[in-house]
Amino acid sequence: MRLKMLPAAFLAGALALPLAAGTAQAFTLEEFTFDDPAKQAEFRGLIDELRCLVCQNESLSASQAELAQDLRREVYEMMRAGKSKAEVVDFLVARYGDFVLYSPPIRPSTYVLWFGPLALGLLGAVVVLRTIRAKGKGQDADLTEAERKRLAGLLNQGGEPSRRPQGDRS
Amino acid sequence: MSKSLRFLLPLALFVALVALLFFGLGTDPRKVPSPLVGKPVPQFTLPTLQDPKRTVSDADLRGQVSLVNVWFSTCVSCRAEHRQLMAIAKESGVQIVGLNWKDDKPDALQMLRQFGNPYHVVAFDEDGRVGIDWGVYGAPETFVIDRKGTIRYKQIGPIDQAVWQETLRPIVDQLKAES
Repeated sequence: MRLKMLPAAFLAGALALPLAAGTAQAFTLEEFTFDDPAKQAEFRGLIDELRCLVCQNESLSASQAELAQDLRREVYEMMRAGKSKAEVVDFLVARYGDFVLYSPPIRPSTYVLWFGPLALGLLGAVVVLRTIRAKGKGQDADLTEAERKRLAGLLNQGGEPSRRPQGDRS
Repeated sequence: MSKSLRFLLPLALFVALVALLFFGLGTDPRKVPSPLVGKPVPQFTLPTLQDPKRTVSDADLRGQVSLVNVWFSTCVSCRAEHRQLMAIAKESGVQIVGLNWKDDKPDALQMLRQFGNPYHVVAFDEDGRVGIDWGVYGAPETFVIDRKGTIRYKQIGPIDQAVWQETLRPIVDQLKAES
C-alpha cells in the first residue's frame, strides 16, 4: 500500500486505544452546546449525515479523527453564527465534494445509483411475469406428435405401471 | 426473443457487471476527487513558519506555476516524500509552497533543518482552518497551480519518483508552456 496517510502519531494512538480507552484523548460532543434544544438537535442530526473523510465509514459525529473534530467545530461555529443547514452543507461540499454527504444528491450523474436498483427490480418482475404467462399458455407446444399421443395415453390410463413409485395404491 | 439472445443477453450483462467490479477493484476509495480542481485557489493569509511577522497569501501563487504541498512533521509519508521534493526543487525550479498543517512549530523547523528545505516559503496553518478551505483531509497532499492561480491538479498521497515523472511533471511542463 503506497498511500499511508495516517500519521505515525495517529497510528500509535489507535494502537494504544484499547489501553487508553476513556481517557483524556477521546473527543466528545460535550463542548458543542446550544441554548436552543432544537438547534442542538439540528446540529446532532447534521453531523450524523456528514461523512468523516479520514475514516470514510464513520459519520462526523462518530469519528475520533482529528479532522472530524476540526470539522465538527467548523459546523458548530457556523451554526452558532446563524448559518442554515443548507449553507453548512454547501460549505463542506464546495471543499470536499459530494462524498461528505452520506446521502448523495439526486442529479443526472447519480440517477443510476438512486433508481438503478428499482429499475432492476421492475425488470426482474416483468421477466418473471412474462415467463409465467408463457408457460401457462402453450405448455405442450414443444411436444412432438408422438409425445402428445403418449401424454394423452398416460393421462387417460393413469400412467405407466412400471413408472409408479413402489407402494403406490392409487 | 430468439433463443440465442435469451442466453447471450444475461451473459453480456454478467460480463459487464464483472468488468465494472473489476475496474472498481483498481481504484482507491481513499482518494476522494477534489471539487476545487479547475477553481481559483482559496483566499488565505498565513504567517510563514520561519517568521511570524512575514505572511504568505493566495497572491503569492499567481504569476508562476507552483506546487502547494501540505505536510506536517509527524506524518510518515510526508517524510518519505521529502527527498523527492528536494529533488524536484533542484531539478525543475518550480516554486514549491509548503502548507504546514496542524503541526508543532519546533518539530516542523527541526524537520527542515534535518532534511533540508525544498520550499520557497512555508505557510504555517496551526489550527488547520486554511487546510479546510483547501479541502485537505490528510497529508501529504499536493496541488498544482497554474500562472493564473487556478488549481489544476490534486495529488493525494506522497510524491515518489514515479508520481513525479509520470504524473506531476508532465502537468507542470504543460502549465509552464501555457501563456
